Amino acid sequence: MRDIYLDNGATTRLCAEARDALLRYSLADFANPSSAHRAGIAASRGLREARETMAAALHCEPGEVVFCSGGTEADGLAVIGAARAARGKHVLASAVEHPAVLGALKVLEADGYACDLVPVTREGLCDPEAVAAAVRDDTAVVSVMHANNEIGTLCDVREIGRAVRKKNPRALLHVDAVQSFGKIPVSVRDLEVDLLSLSAHKLHGPKGTGALYVRKGVRLQPMWGGGGQERGMRPGTENVAGICAMAAAVAVAVRDLAEAEPRMARLRDRLVARVQEAVVDARVIGHPQRRAPHNACLGFSGVMSEVLLHMLEERGVTVSAGAACASRDHTASHVLRAIALHDDIGVIRVTLSRETTEDEIEAAAGAICDCVRALRT
Amino acid sequence: MKRAIVVRYGEVFLKGENRGFFLSKLEQNLRRAVAPCGGRVERLHTRYLVRADDPAGALLSASRVFGVTSVSPAILCEPDLTAIGDAAVACARETADRRGNVSFKIETRRSDKRFPFPSLEISRLVGGRVFTEVGLPVDVHQPALTIGIEVGREATFVYGDTVAGPGGLPVTTAGPVLLLLSGGIDSPVAGWLMQKRGCEVSAIYFHSFPYTGDRTKEKVKDLARLLAGWQGRLRLRVVHFTDIQKALREAGPAELAVVLYRRMMMRIASHAARLDGALALVTGENLGQVASQTLENIATIEEAAALPVLRPLLTYDKSETTALARRIGTFEVSALPYEDCCSLFVPEHPELRARVEVAAAIEARLPIAQWAREAAEASEIIELLDAGLPAAPALV
Repeated sequence: MRDIYLDNGATTRLCAEARDALLRYSLADFANPSSAHRAGIAASRGLREARETMAAALHCEPGEVVFCSGGTEADGLAVIGAARAARGKHVLASAVEHPAVLGALKVLEADGYACDLVPVTREGLCDPEAVAAAVRDDTAVVSVMHANNEIGTLCDVREIGRAVRKKNPRALLHVDAVQSFGKIPVSVRDLEVDLLSLSAHKLHGPKGTGALYVRKGVRLQPMWGGGGQERGMRPGTENVAGICAMAAAVAVAVRDLAEAEPRMARLRDRLVARVQEAVVDARVIGHPQRRAPHNACLGFSGVMSEVLLHMLEERGVTVSAGAACASRDHTASHVLRAIALHDDIGVIRVTLSRETTEDEIEAAAGAICDCVRALRT
Repeated sequence: MKRAIVVRYGEVFLKGENRGFFLSKLEQNLRRAVAPCGGRVERLHTRYLVRADDPAGALLSASRVFGVTSVSPAILCEPDLTAIGDAAVACARETADRRGNVSFKIETRRSDKRFPFPSLEISRLVGGRVFTEVGLPVDVHQPALTIGIEVGREATFVYGDTVAGPGGLPVTTAGPVLLLLSGGIDSPVAGWLMQKRGCEVSAIYFHSFPYTGDRTKEKVKDLARLLAGWQGRLRLRVVHFTDIQKALREAGPAELAVVLYRRMMMRIASHAARLDGALALVTGENLGQVASQTLENIATIEEAAALPVLRPLLTYDKSETTALARRIGTFEVSALPYEDCCSLFVPEHPELRARVEVAAAIEARLPIAQWAREAAEASEIIELLDAGLPAAPALV
């Protein structure tokens, strides 16, 4: 049996369009886009087109896209850069943020900022009123995750932003959209955000490339100085090949979204249904409806998640141990602790891509049922 | 100027009739260690001289040969006072560039008595040149830099810095042993200590897939590769232990599981040792580091072994083991997260004083001898070569 890769939340396979762009801008149009000669102009044209593709996908101006090295850098640049450029000394985030955001808060705390985490519900939802209640007069940035990377819960970004601005119109809203972009429509206009992070390798682009949407008028303090690239917000010779490959992958994702989103959701629901039919007390972690279409986060009482992961890998099914819950020396992840999941539940995260087939889902569901039953006997 | 490396060895094994045996093993190991750097080994009276295409690499490799007490990068020169002085000045300049104007003294050994100046005279004359030409202050009592001059029949050379070797006895002078290697901090250190006493180490690892993932196996391979760096190559046997472990767990009370697992490991390792000709088993066990490491448990576990079980870390504090692991370069790998198969299916409070009769009674219901033989014979053999990732040597 061919291996079934269901860990697309961790990373995805490069698509052909991204590969072609990667090769073209590495081998043919490889020049420095800042160079004055024709070769440089060809590279800068690729860069400009990539920026336009990204802007079209995000519903923003090309000038509002800042290219960087990926989700972690985008999160850090947004949260740290915006806080340092603002007057306020308070930063707010949800309790289930990615380590990239939590790490940015640590950096700010060391600089004397006050940072608060807003708790979430047992489904991982972030209540707009709860966020607004935590906003202070000196709150500079509020950071929330669009789709949670572990449990898949979708957060109502627009309502959170509106509640925040009602309390403090100067506070900026940053959204980590690394897991949602390319899986569901992500429009910065509809979401009404100030800053939004995304990463190429989660949507069949290359690793080491990402982007940050920075709404016109929002000021960021760059992390380092240099030659002024990316409007000075992220200086350094642009990773043209990576950026163009990301744009190519984004173009495909956007083109196929209307078809891929419901299909992934349908397959995901089938997987969950199959497992719940066959396995006693298999539960969906996160919100039952409001979740990213590619994410199934499953919990099994009395099962060690890593052992289940290894058994599945033996059967050719690659998933991730959503977090090291119910395992030996490891403690549950901050996300699972934030949703108050019982310690005895082993959690696996199954994440689909638009390439996932029906046969793969059937086979994976069968393997999960078999392995959990075997582990429980 | 021609460069070489001076290699010094300990004198503990120079006494008696075994001297030739130990020295030939040391020389063999040294040749093997420096060969990848294009090193040629020349035996001098009480030292070796290594000339190499890659002197920096050869220095590092030679400093990891057991039996070697220290090594120094040296400048070769003609046996005349001007050439020796030139070399000493060059040596002092290099040190001054790196460490600033440190105090120095000169120490001369003149084994070639045909050389017209006595040692003290050489030191005085050359020291004068270093003082005037380089400007380093002299301190004959506690110098920061000792410049050594050796005038011998075969070669004359000058050296400054000295790098400590590991000491010990040359590997293969004490017979082969089989190390029970896990992914933890202790067992690689135990293996290194046996290598230091002249044992050639091979290793056996018990893998309990899917309860321990392949990342742990990769980690054990990395540790084995690091140990291989101290003896050239190393054979690792991977035993697939899952089914046996499950059967043992089901056969007896949960409190006894660790002791039953470990007794079985002793049996399997004893078989594997015989297959490879090893004379003893080595473990990273310690007395009292964890609650179940009692003398009673150690005795009950050892009873299942068919060979002597050596425990070089028995009396070490955890901090001592960790410090040694850092020194030999295994700590960083060991500190990565790993899954220990002994903690599988085990209650929080395991048996502290397991008795042989109780364990043996449980085992009597199982075909353990056959399982042990089959597990050893079916083990996967991985031959590992030096990782080429030596720990940074300490300048002394």
